Amino acid sequence: MSPVIIARNLHYKYEDGTVALAGVDFDLFPGETVAVFGGNGSGKTTFVLHLNGLLDGQGTIEVCGLPVKSETLKQVRQKIGIVFQDPDDQLFMPSVLEDVAFGPLNLGTPPDQAVERARIALDQVGMLEHQHKAPYHLSAGEKKRVAIAGVLAMDPEVLVLDEPTTFLDPPGQRSLTVLLRGLPQSKLIVTHDVEFARSLSKRAVFFEKGRIAGDGPTDRIIEQFRWIGL
Amino acid sequence: MHIPDGFLSTPVWVALDVAVAPAAGYIVRRAQREFEERKLPLLGVMGAFVFAAQMINFPVGGATSGHLVGSALLSFTLGPAAAGVVMIAILAIQALVFQDGGILALGANVFNLAIAGVIAGYLPFHFWGAGRARKAAIFMGGVFSVLVAALMAVSELLLSGIAMPGAVLGVSFGLFTVSALLEGAITLAVFQAVETLNPNFIKQPKAGRRIGLGLIALAAVALAGVGVLFASTNPDALQRLADTLGIASKSKPFLDAPLAEYQAGFLQSAWLRKAGAGLMGIALIYGACALLGRMVGRQRSA
Amino acid sequence: MHHVVLERWSRGTSLLHRRDARVKILSLLIFLIAVATTHRDFELPGLLYFAVLVGGMIAARLPVIGMLRRAAIVLPFSLTLAAITWISGEPRRAAMVVEKSFLSASAALLLVATTPLPQLLRGLEMLGTPRFLLMVAQFVYRYLFVIAEQAHRMRLAALCRGGRFRPKGGFRSAAGTLGVLFARSYERADRIHRSMISRGFEGHFNLLSRPSLVWADAGFLFLTAALVAVIRV
Repeated sequence: MSPVIIARNLHYKYEDGTVALAGVDFDLFPGETVAVFGGNGSGKTTFVLHLNGLLDGQGTIEVCGLPVKSETLKQVRQKIGIVFQDPDDQLFMPSVLEDVAFGPLNLGTPPDQAVERARIALDQVGMLEHQHKAPYHLSAGEKKRVAIAGVLAMDPEVLVLDEPTTFLDPPGQRSLTVLLRGLPQSKLIVTHDVEFARSLSKRAVFFEKGRIAGDGPTDRIIEQFRWIGL
Repeated sequence: MHIPDGFLSTPVWVALDVAVAPAAGYIVRRAQREFEERKLPLLGVMGAFVFAAQMINFPVGGATSGHLVGSALLSFTLGPAAAGVVMIAILAIQALVFQDGGILALGANVFNLAIAGVIAGYLPFHFWGAGRARKAAIFMGGVFSVLVAALMAVSELLLSGIAMPGAVLGVSFGLFTVSALLEGAITLAVFQAVETLNPNFIKQPKAGRRIGLGLIALAAVALAGVGVLFASTNPDALQRLADTLGIASKSKPFLDAPLAEYQAGFLQSAWLRKAGAGLMGIALIYGACALLGRMVGRQRSA
Repeated sequence: MHHVVLERWSRGTSLLHRRDARVKILSLLIFLIAVATTHRDFELPGLLYFAVLVGGMIAARLPVIGMLRRAAIVLPFSLTLAAITWISGEPRRAAMVVEKSFLSASAALLLVATTPLPQLLRGLEMLGTPRFLLMVAQFVYRYLFVIAEQAHRMRLAALCRGGRFRPKGGFRSAAGTLGVLFARSYERADRIHRSMISRGFEGHFNLLSRPSLVWADAGFLFLTAALVAVIRV
């Protein structure tokens, strides 16, 4: 089967001249969960921002067979859902339900159906009972789940999570792991948390100076780059 | 500085609510054109910033401390229209959620802080923010934003018949001046800190030689403030002032004549006279506003 | 924390909570206008207005003492202004303005405590408030506490480094804190925008469906207007 993400020779330079991506080639295959490691400033977040067209560099990217270009952005953003690091940046509507319905509404879903899809997504992450709550009353773990629901409600094929365990305590991390394992989408998980990565992904890539310096089984990559914590 | 309900007399709060509604609509449409819904998060977050910033204490001397009011700073970084919208939103939240300021008095509070205060704070920056007098312009912007808002508030209270003995007025103005100077200092300090971090945060006005217009606009704002204040205290004050200045005997016929005209005919009703004075002040502010709108518009298309 | 309590109150299920937001907003305005335009002999009407409000709080199954305590926040300011009026020789008027400001604060609180924010915003929009303004207000409210908390943490950190003990330094340090807070807020706005775009936002906020009015709503509005008219006259 053809990959759900195909990136070829991706280059990107910031306005101040910093080279963020220096030729990235990457494939994500259907059903895979791949961990993305790399130091701060290694280019992994810049790479993620290219996947749904937030940044526009040189090279090619294809998501689920669609080239990522300004004409296709709407469909691309339905196919690939990105969950960013700080859920407070994503949960900006007054209630949980409204926030999760935001995505479907943007896709043109009629309001009643959008609410229905939001409820299904909330149920998937176990947050349906909180649907009428205001987001800032939720714990970090609950917010993270709602953020994921917000993306799931758009029915994507690929999920990208940027440092999902930030703000989560160990029990929160554990329940996130369980949740993610149960989701059928192909996944790309940018993370510093080695154990978390090990529990979810069989394959990992290592970013270094804007390039992928290593791509293989998670344990081997961790060993190869001595990406060890305590 | 947020007037609660119950203090303003009916003509005053009604007139202001009626006058401010279309003005607010104009400001919102203006800001929407400049910012579009995409930038909504920016306006909202900046509003939250101002709200939160009001809780940070700036120590002054030993025992006192002040805090940022923020309308001037908002106008320097978002432009006056967006600053106005953000201030309106803040005032509404303060009234509804925090019981700070009345509901019927919202027209008055919006006028004082989100319209008059923002314009008065922005004008110095608009005219002199690109030249050598930049720091002074920023400082004066902060000063005016608070001073004009306070002047308007006191005028409205006086117009409503809240009697304020001279001593109280004196003390109030003393306090307002101190607050205004503090706002100027804090605004300048924070402005510089912000600009150092990233000059793009500031909406830099273009350099231009419109100093004359600037003075006129500022004079209009100042006149409006002082004029409304004078008109709202009773005419006896004007008389007493004339006596003190020694021009009483010569000017008595002059002073009597217009007053006599007031009393005769249409402008007989006391509150109508006062409301008329108030509306004149508002008209002057609107004049400055329209002038500003045209100038800013011209700059943008330039 | 107040806003937490207010949120909880607003999610009740009483008769009042279930009324359409538009009707509640209009009722508030009618009530406030009546209070504001009652001038002479305010003693009896004032009490009756108060009784109506307390009745509303009870009907909404809200804690009366808690609510009144919250509304009392308006008092320090109005008492100060009233003191000036008292000194100027109008004690009755002074008492009246204090009562009026308290009634107004309590009435506004009753509205907010029986109407969840999304519905309140929708109601205001349907009554003619520009959506752009309401959305700015929504965002301000949403991020108010997030940024306030950030500010608090930054101040604590500065104080831990002795920021308080140098007067001039204290001023500069506060300005620096606000500068950084500004920059962080700006960056946060960028990230929020980024996540909006990632979920398909194309420049226009789409809304969920509009609520419709029921007979009970009309009844409520009529009842408030009637009560208030009776007191007024």
